[in-house]
Amino acid sequence: MSDQRGMVQRRGLGHWFTHLGLIIGVLFIFFPIWLAFVASTVTQPEIVRPPMPLLPGGHFIENYSKALFAGVNAPVATMMLNSLIMALGITIGKIVISLTSAFAIVYFRFPGRTVFFWLIFLTLMLPVEVRIVPTYEVIANFGMLNSYSGLIFPLIASATATFLFRQFFLTVPDELTEAARVDGASPMQFFFHILLPMSRTNIAALFVILFIYGWNQYLWPLLITTDPSMNTIVMGIKQMFPSGDDLADWPVIMATSILAMVPPVIVVISMQKLFIRGLVDSEK
Amino acid sequence: MATLTLDNVRKSFGATDVIHGVNIEVTDGEFIVIVGPSGCGKSTLLRMVAGLEGITSGEIRIDGHRVNEAEPMERNIAMVFQNYALYPHMSVFDNMAYGLKIAKTPKDEIAARVASAAKLLQLEPYLQRKPRELSGGQRQRVAMGRAIVRKPAVFLFDEPLSNLDAKLRVQMRLEIKQLQRELGVTSLYVTHDQVEAMTLADRMIVMNAGVADQIGKPLEVYENPQTEFVAGFIGSPATNFMPAGSVGVSVGKTVGIRPEHIQLTDTPTRLKARVAYCEALGAETLVHLRLPHGQLITVRQGGHLPLPSEGTDLWLGWHDAAMMVFGADGRRI
Repeated sequence: MSDQRGMVQRRGLGHWFTHLGLIIGVLFIFFPIWLAFVASTVTQPEIVRPPMPLLPGGHFIENYSKALFAGVNAPVATMMLNSLIMALGITIGKIVISLTSAFAIVYFRFPGRTVFFWLIFLTLMLPVEVRIVPTYEVIANFGMLNSYSGLIFPLIASATATFLFRQFFLTVPDELTEAARVDGASPMQFFFHILLPMSRTNIAALFVILFIYGWNQYLWPLLITTDPSMNTIVMGIKQMFPSGDDLADWPVIMATSILAMVPPVIVVISMQKLFIRGLVDSEK
Repeated sequence: MATLTLDNVRKSFGATDVIHGVNIEVTDGEFIVIVGPSGCGKSTLLRMVAGLEGITSGEIRIDGHRVNEAEPMERNIAMVFQNYALYPHMSVFDNMAYGLKIAKTPKDEIAARVASAAKLLQLEPYLQRKPRELSGGQRQRVAMGRAIVRKPAVFLFDEPLSNLDAKLRVQMRLEIKQLQRELGVTSLYVTHDQVEAMTLADRMIVMNAGVADQIGKPLEVYENPQTEFVAGFIGSPATNFMPAGSVGVSVGKTVGIRPEHIQLTDTPTRLKARVAYCEALGAETLVHLRLPHGQLITVRQGGHLPLPSEGTDLWLGWHDAAMMVFGADGRRI
């Protein structure tokens, strides 16, 4: 309460400076996105001719439909679908796997429990880039190049999410588990009826984070998809860049960039409420 | 409706024994309170009956059937937990109905049973609320409702009132007693509060360091404690203990005298003591006196008697029958 009063009292000059700072910051971050948007609504010659236009042109529909349905190497619609399948596959897979493994680690006493936990924990220290060559080898031997399974499976397990759920499960009072036992719930019934609904906000927060993580995957799709029809949008943008003497179709590339941003934004906005609740409080 | 038998029940965690063989025969519909200080094993004992803790040796029988290996649900018990342990994401109705749903009870029967329990506990207006929208007393009622709808053979209460404020505790205590009478279900109730034990119990078990020191009717236990521990633990303010020799008793090691059994007089009686301070509670007054060698003695006298002023010397007197003599092993002689 006293903090709040302090903030109210600081109204005046400081108040304006804070807002000014924030507005400048927002403009600073927003400007490149705005430029990309402008570039996606004009023609190629207009971009190349200085000065660069700062207001949207009249080719919005033309450029975007060209990007979506024709693209450069593959239609952006296809790439978006690929990205969506990969991002959802990774997100849902990660959540399902980490929920169940955290459940096992927290609620069951089995030989090697701690060993397994630390093994999972250790993999936190190994980023994709470190193990990418052996992973590629494995996926190639399985014949999973240029396939959704190849895109999804190597990224499907998450130590971070497992750890997060473990920490959450540890805060669930033991009495709740015991009450469920007295009520006659089997372990899996306890999991589905009680633990899962209680983890709702955590799952939502993770869904947002992991969806963006999956959507933004760049290096791995770049390595294993050689067929343009399997390209994901984030790596697809790079593939659109001209090689050699070709001319870059900048309006289409920019339209693709803007399109690539849309799904994560939709996910964040639609799940904002749950997401923030999941990060801020654990509902108990 | 069932009997409950504990037959030399023991529990150890590794090499540490926490329950050293408890025997009790609980008759159908009886209300048994297990009372003792924290760490005496009373909760462990209850959880063993519930099936939440294993039994190292001995046997627990419900209605004559050995249940040592049975899952909690198979024992036909219901438990009320200290922090209520309500499922936070479920409505009051679903909290009460959960056990029945698991047992695949028909829907209309679930509705009927929950409705009658809700009526009994005055929870009808709250059935659609979530536990976090209820007060402490209401949550406690929901926890009891969850136990009632199952129609169990035995109710188990694990310090159910300790999270409530003092006033609510008194009210809920009466409600629990009334409810148990009405339903006639055999009950086992754990508490560290001797007032709860005295008021609720048909019989009480006083536990001390994993041993059932005494089992009996509350007044019987109060009037006739079998060990020094029981004499000290039951009764408030606590019994005064004095070395047997200092009060002229030749047998035993310690003599215990309850505060209400000592009379204060100006004329010489048994022991002389100086008034240290008084606590006037209205209906009664607690007078704390210091014996010459420094020990404090508490005397409880009627509030209508004149308040002795601090620092005056008075005499302590009591009847021989008021003396409870304990041996070196703490047992009553």
